[in-house]
Amino acid sequence: MSGKRSIFLTSALCFGFAFLYVPILLVIIYSFNEGKLVTVWAGFSTKWYVELFQDDGMIDAAWNSLRIGVMSATLALAIGTPAGLVMSRFGRFKTRTMFSGMIAAPLVMPDVITGLSLLLLFVTMEQLIGWPEGRGMTTIVIAHTTFCAAYVAVVIQSRLAGMDSSIEEAAMDLGAKPTKIFFLITLPMILPALMAGWLLSFTLSLDDLVISSFVAGPGSTTLPMKVFSSVRLGVSPEINALATLIIVAISILIIIASILVMRSERQRSRQIQDDPGIVG
Amino acid sequence: MSEIKPTLKQRFDRWMIRHGRVLVIGLPYLWLFLFFLVPFLIVLKISFATAEYAQPPYSALFQWVDEGVNVAINFGNYLFLLSDSLYITAYLNSIRIAAISTVITLLIGYPMAYGIARAKGSTRNLLLMLVILPFWTSFLIRVYAWIGILDREGLINAALMGMHIISEPLIMRQTEFAVYIGIVYTYLPFMILPLYSTLEKMDGSLLEAALDLGCKPWKAFLKITLPLSMPGVLAGSLLVFIPAVGEFVIPELLGGPNTLMIGRTLWNEFFSNRDWPIASSVAIAMLIFLVVPIMYFQHIQGKTEEAGK
Amino acid sequence: MSQGANQQEARECVQSSQPWNDPDAVPFIRFEKVTKKFGDFYAVDDVSLDIYRHELFALLGGSGCGKTTLLRMLAGFEELTDGKIFIDGVDMAGVPPYERPTNMMFQSYALFPHMSVETNVAFGLHQDGYSKSEIKDRVADMLALVQMSKFAKRKPHQLSGGQRQRVALARSLVKQPKVLLLDEPLGALDKKLREQTQFELVNIQEKLGTTFVMVTHDQEEAMTMASRIAVMNEGVIKQKGTPFELYEYPNSRFTANFLGQVNLIEGTLVDDDEKYAIIRSDDIGGDIYIDHAVQGHEGTTLWVALRPERLRLCTEKPEDSAHNCFGGKVEEIGYLGGLSTYHVRLDSGLRIKVSEPNTHRHNEPRYTWEDRVWVTWETGSASVLNQ
Repeated sequence: MSGKRSIFLTSALCFGFAFLYVPILLVIIYSFNEGKLVTVWAGFSTKWYVELFQDDGMIDAAWNSLRIGVMSATLALAIGTPAGLVMSRFGRFKTRTMFSGMIAAPLVMPDVITGLSLLLLFVTMEQLIGWPEGRGMTTIVIAHTTFCAAYVAVVIQSRLAGMDSSIEEAAMDLGAKPTKIFFLITLPMILPALMAGWLLSFTLSLDDLVISSFVAGPGSTTLPMKVFSSVRLGVSPEINALATLIIVAISILIIIASILVMRSERQRSRQIQDDPGIVG
Repeated sequence: MSEIKPTLKQRFDRWMIRHGRVLVIGLPYLWLFLFFLVPFLIVLKISFATAEYAQPPYSALFQWVDEGVNVAINFGNYLFLLSDSLYITAYLNSIRIAAISTVITLLIGYPMAYGIARAKGSTRNLLLMLVILPFWTSFLIRVYAWIGILDREGLINAALMGMHIISEPLIMRQTEFAVYIGIVYTYLPFMILPLYSTLEKMDGSLLEAALDLGCKPWKAFLKITLPLSMPGVLAGSLLVFIPAVGEFVIPELLGGPNTLMIGRTLWNEFFSNRDWPIASSVAIAMLIFLVVPIMYFQHIQGKTEEAGK
Repeated sequence: MSQGANQQEARECVQSSQPWNDPDAVPFIRFEKVTKKFGDFYAVDDVSLDIYRHELFALLGGSGCGKTTLLRMLAGFEELTDGKIFIDGVDMAGVPPYERPTNMMFQSYALFPHMSVETNVAFGLHQDGYSKSEIKDRVADMLALVQMSKFAKRKPHQLSGGQRQRVALARSLVKQPKVLLLDEPLGALDKKLREQTQFELVNIQEKLGTTFVMVTHDQEEAMTMASRIAVMNEGVIKQKGTPFELYEYPNSRFTANFLGQVNLIEGTLVDDDEKYAIIRSDDIGGDIYIDHAVQGHEGTTLWVALRPERLRLCTEKPEDSAHNCFGGKVEEIGYLGGLSTYHVRLDSGLRIKVSEPNTHRHNEPRYTWEDRVWVTWETGSASVLNQ
C-alpha cells in the first residue's frame, strides 16, 4: 500500500528535479563548448570565459548590479526589519490592514506594474521637487529596496512568530529598556533571518530585469539588462559562461548560508524538544 | 532600589517608548506608502492624460488657468483599450495562459511537496534545498536555458534529428507551449514551498486515524490530506497566477510574435510607442483584474500569520 | 547570613501574626478595583486584593480565569483598564516593567537561548550597572543557592527542564526584587520533580524573605506552598484565605469543588435555631442536621458540602443514629493505595463519594460491590453554602 504510493512520490520527485536541473546543467556544460553553436559539441574550452572577462560592457554592468544589490539589500534590511517587528510584535493599530497590505502586495505584484508606477513617481517627483535628478543608480536602488523590504519583512515576521515573546518580556522584567532589548535579545535571535533576508534581497536585486529597465537611466545598465538585450538575439556561449559563473557563485553562497541556518535551527529545535522529564 | 520620582532620563526613556513605537512603525510605513502606494495613484492619474510630444510625454490633468483649475480628464485611453481587439485578446490570453500554467504547476508541484514532506530528516532538508536553490539563481538565466533547448537549432531538435526520429525540426520555441514551459519552470518553487509548509505542519496521526477507521489510503488522501492542504494550494496558486498574468520576460523570450500577453503589451506601449498614458491605463486595467486575487492573497497571508502565533 | 536569619524570623512572624487579620497592618501590594478588558471581554473584573510582606501568595484558578492577567499587570506587561496597583505604597501606574521592583519567573522560563547560564543570571544586574566584581559575586551566590554552580558555563539548551527552572529562578531572584512573580513555576516539570521542587521553592522563599506571588492551576501546589490563596473564576476572586480556611470553610460551591473533593447536596432550610439548623433535602431523602446556626430565612435553598474523608461507612445502622444516617449500596470502588474511595448509591438515588484510609496492610477490603451500607457523619463536619 505505502509501497505504491512511495514509488509514485519518488518518481514525481525525480521527474520534478530533473525538470528543474537539466536545463541549468546543460547551460553549464555548454559554457565549456569550444564551438559557437549550441548544439554541436566541439571540444572542451574555457575561451568563452576569457572573452567574457574582456567584455567591458558586461563587466561594467556586473559591477553596477553588485553595487545596486549591496545597497538595496542593506536598505531593505533597515526598512523590512522594523516592518517585520511591527507585524509580529506590535499587536493591533489603526491602519494595520493597510500596512500588512503594503507588505503582502509587492510579493505578487507583476513587475511591469511596479516598474511603470515607480518610474511615473520619479518623473512626477522630479517635476515637483526637482529630485531625483534624472534616473540612474539611485532610482534603481529605491525601486529594489521597496520590493525587497517586503520580502525581508515576511522573513523576519515568520522568524519572530516562531519565537517565544516572553523572552523579550523577561529582558524587560530584568530592567532592560526596549531599544536595549532589541539589540541584546531580539537581534541576536533573529540573526539567521537577517542573513537570509539580506541574501534574498541581494539576489532578487541582482536578478531584476523589468523594474530596472523602467527606472534605469543612461549609464546605469545592470547585468540582467545587458544579458537580456544579448539573449534577445539568441543563445550565445558568452552568456552560458556568465550564467555558469552566477549559478556557481550563488549556489556556494546559498549552501554556506543554509548550513549556517540549519545548524542554528537544529540548536533551537533541540532546545525546544528537550524533555523536562530527563534530569541531567 | 528603584526611584519613586522619575528622573529626567527616565522621562526621556518613557517618551521614547511612547513615541519610539511610532518611529518603528513610521519608517517602513512611510517608505512603502511613498514608493508603493503613491505610485499607483500617479499611474491612475496619468492613465487619464493624453499623450504628447513633450518631456514627460503626457498632458497635465490639472492646469492653473486664470480663474481656477482646468481639469482635463481623458477617458479616451480606456475607450481605446475596449475598442481595440488587440488589448482584449492580450488580456484574455494572459489570464488563460496564467491559469493553465498554474494548474500544471500545481499538478507537478503537489506530489513533489508531498514527497518532500514525507521524507525523513536530512533527506528532507536536502530536497528542500534542491527546490530552493533554483529559486535563488537568476530568473533570466533559467528562462534563457530553455531557449537553447527549445530552439529550432536547439538541443531537442538536434537530438531527435540525430536519432532520425524526425527529419524536419519541430517548432517549439516561439509558441504558447514554450511559454507554458517557461512559466511552470520558473514558478515551480513558489508553488512547492507554501504547499510543503502546510503539508509538513500536518499532524501525521490524522492520516493514521483515517486509516485506522477503515479509510483506504487514496481516499484518506482525498478526504484528509487534500482539504487540509487547501491553504497551501491557494497560496501557491496565487503566488504563481498573479505574477504570471503580468509576465513579460517569458513571452518575450520564449513566445512567438503572436503570443500576446498583457505585460508584454504594456512594455511595448511604453518602450516602443512611448505612449505613457496608454501604458498607464493598461496597468490600471490589469490591476483592476488582479485586485481581487491580490487581496485574497493578503487575506491568506494574514491568516497563516495568525495561525503561526 | 545574619540578615537571612532575620528574614526567616520575619517570615515565621508572618505565618503566626497573620497580618491579614490585623486591621492596622499595612499591605505590601494592593490591588484597588482593578479591571482589565480585552475588547469586550473582562479578563479581570473589579478585583481588590491586599498582599502582605513576606507572604507566599497564590492565585489559583482554571485557564482563562484572569490569574495570569492579574500577575502580568503587577509586572507591568498589561496596562490596567481601570483601578490602581500599589507596591510598597507606590502607585505603579505608568511605571514600565523595567523600573518596577518586581521580577518574574516565566512559565516557559524564557531563558535567553544565546547566553550561558551565568550571563542569563547576570543580565538583570548588568542593566542596573553594577560593578563587574559585584555581579560576579552575586551571580555565584545565586547559582550556589539553586545548586547550579556546576552548570554556569552551559547554554540553556544543554540543560534539563528542572535545571532550566532553577536558572530561571536564580535569574529572577538575583536582583533582590521586592516581589517575585511566578507564572506556573512548576508547570513544565513532571510530577515527582514538581513535588520535590515545591519544598525547595518554599525553603528559598523562607531563606530570602522575599514576597512571592504565584499563579497556578494546581490546587495541591497552591495548598502546599502558599501562606494564602485567592481562588479566581471568570475574572473575579471567589474567595481568599489560608489553605485551611479555604478547605474547611468554603464560601461557595465553586471553591468547595475547586479545592479537593466534595459532595454537594441541595436542600431547603426548614429549621434555624441558635444552636442548630435542619436542612431538608429531597436529593438525599431526609433531613440533614447541622450543629450550628445558619444565617438565612427558612425556605431558602442551600447546599451542604461534605468532604468524602469526613464521611463514615458502616455495615450496620449505628445505634446512636438520630441524625445524618442514610442507607445505600456500594456501586464503585477505587483503590488508591493509601486510601480507597467508595461510590455509594443512596436509597434516594443520590450518589455519594466516601473515602476511607487503608491503615493496615493485610486487611481484606471492608466493603465490596453491592454491599448494603450506611453513610453517616458528625454533625460538625458539614459546611452550608448559600451560593
